[in-house]
Amino acid sequence: MVRVDDVSKTYRTGVESVTALDSVTLQIETGGFVAVQGPSGCGKTTLLLTVGGLLKPDNGSVTIDGESLYEMPIERRTKFRAGSIGFVFQQFHLVPYLNVRDNVLAPTMALPLDDARERAEELLEEFNLLDRLKHTPAELSTGERQRVALARAMLHEPRVILADEPTGNLDERNAEIVLGALAEFAGAGGTVMLVTHDNAAAAWAERILRIDRGRLVEGGETAARHNAKAAG
Amino acid sequence: MSVFRLSLREITHRKLSFMLGLLSIMIAVGVLVGAVTMLNGHDLRTEQVIAQKEAETREEMARMEDDYRRIMKDMGYNVLILHENQDIDELEQLGYPTHYMPEDYAQRLADEKISTLNHLLPLLQERVNWPERGSEVLLTGVRGQVPIFHGMKHERPPIMDPVDPGEIKLGYDLARSMEVGEDDTVTMRGTELLVREVYNRRGTQDDLTAWVSLAQAQEWMGRPEQINGILALECICDPGDLGAIQQTVRAILPDTQTYEFASLIQARGLARQRAAEAHETAIEQEMLYRASLREERRAFASILVPVAAIGAAAWVMFLMMGNVRERRSEIGILRAIGVRAGMIQRAFLLKAVLMGLLGGIIGLMAGVFIGAWLSEIAPGIQGFGALVEARVMVAALAGAPVLAALASWLPASLAARQDPAIVLQEE
Ligand SMILES: Nc1ncnc2c1ncn2[C@@H]1O[C@H](COP(=O)(O)OP(=O)(O)OP(=O)(O)O)[C@@H](O)[C@H]1O
Ligand SMILES: [Mg+2]
Repeated sequence: MVRVDDVSKTYRTGVESVTALDSVTLQIETGGFVAVQGPSGCGKTTLLLTVGGLLKPDNGSVTIDGESLYEMPIERRTKFRAGSIGFVFQQFHLVPYLNVRDNVLAPTMALPLDDARERAEELLEEFNLLDRLKHTPAELSTGERQRVALARAMLHEPRVILADEPTGNLDERNAEIVLGALAEFAGAGGTVMLVTHDNAAAAWAERILRIDRGRLVEGGETAARHNAKAAG
Repeated sequence: MSVFRLSLREITHRKLSFMLGLLSIMIAVGVLVGAVTMLNGHDLRTEQVIAQKEAETREEMARMEDDYRRIMKDMGYNVLILHENQDIDELEQLGYPTHYMPEDYAQRLADEKISTLNHLLPLLQERVNWPERGSEVLLTGVRGQVPIFHGMKHERPPIMDPVDPGEIKLGYDLARSMEVGEDDTVTMRGTELLVREVYNRRGTQDDLTAWVSLAQAQEWMGRPEQINGILALECICDPGDLGAIQQTVRAILPDTQTYEFASLIQARGLARQRAAEAHETAIEQEMLYRASLREERRAFASILVPVAAIGAAAWVMFLMMGNVRERRSEIGILRAIGVRAGMIQRAFLLKAVLMGLLGGIIGLMAGVFIGAWLSEIAPGIQGFGALVEARVMVAALAGAPVLAALASWLPASLAARQDPAIVLQEE
């Protein structure tokens, strides 16, 4: 269960300040698959990074399975990310000089894993990449790259996968493969938060959260409702 | 996946930048080691050059010494006591004196027991006709020394040996031209004489001299009881101070003069001394030249070494900065998936250390060879190992990675401090 409680985040650059998140409160139950939608610049990525333990909010809290991310020391949060959260980005962020297998194994730098190689090869087989083990990202198609990123995100069998526009650069067929994998992950008990502006992609989710100018406008619970619920 | 493996992969992926860093470290280490090698090699070469010059000098001195000793052996600190009217130019021209003294002068001198005069040899010497041969010969009448000297026969000049009546001794060339050897007989002026001895070649007029007994010579020359010189051999005197001997002798034999062979000896001695001095100054000049050359090289190295080191450090830092920028996205994702900041820093420092280590090894080897070449020491000869002390090798091999790591410290910590949230938000 992912809980976001009254989270606000304001970016301050010099004189200007941008409120990217404004008192956002939401919950994603374990095994849930939610999509986050909203216009560009509304704060979707900010929300995702905050949930992922990478961006400390100005106030409010993020809790995953009862563990409050920003109350734990940074070392533990880093370790928590390694073991419990998988990230997928629109730009894949693969390590250019590592081959496919080593990219998938990269998370073992942060957290060792028994039988990591077998696990990596299992995942790559699942994503139909077994014949590309020794290839570098530059030698792959965009769809293949995103599948490698997905395999990497899944290596440690995380509790949560946070995907930011994972299909943004993909054609329909590849997008379906990625979304299908996310749905399967959720079906197997994982929690998925998918940021997308593509309605077709969002349709794969069980629930859609809409954000506008940092405020959750649909699908979540307003702080008031949440508080009322908690009180009642 | 380990930091080490990651770094290795990164290095092989971005070879050029690594090579450029490597090259700069190589140059810095090469310059340092090259400078030390060159200076050590210079010292070694100086030692060799000086040793060689000294050996040459020693050799030449020994040769001159030998020469000198030979002259000394032939002439010793010898003086020839002559009649006071003897013209020295004439003596030197003819090779024998032309004024005569009573034979007992030798005995009178010997009786005085002058400590500075050792062996006294009265002699009668003249160029005479040898009718049987139809030529002239330098005939020397001798009777041995007064008082009698016992010594090694062949170590002494022939003039020291007495010749018995009825016998003759011949110089080398004379004997050869007559085709006679020892124990043959020759006839001179109607008298049969036994060839008692033929002397070895001496390279002096002795080779053309015949020695007979003093009495025989006096008879043939018609100079009974007369001599024309007393040779005083191996005088214990300062060759520079012949005046003293002259005085001593004249106190006993007032109508005599003393002819010294010392002028020749002195000249030789002086030449020898001058040669020694010339060699000494040559060596001194060589040393001065090499010292100034060394100083020049040292001064050059003392500028070049820090410049190369600072240059390498700046260059490595510059490259590493570029590398950090290049790897932003990768660092962002690695940090996101839980790789600690320290590990990122370590990856960069590891790369720097590998760069330094490799550059250090290659630079060390290159430096040794270039330094040896500059100091004109042939690689492989003994003493080559002494060119680079272990101290310098350790300094180069440890210093290069340390230098590279220090230069990469700032870029590495900047990389480690990158906020993944910011990196990942960038398109
Ligand atoms: N590091 C930052 N510094 C300052 N402002 C930022 C920073 N990151 C984001 N913002 C601003 O915060 C707002 C929310 O940004 P965010 O990236 O979360 O939007 P988004 O919904 O993901 O947009 P998009 O759909 O274009 O990806 C934007 O106005 C953006 O300009
Ligand atoms: Mg975004």
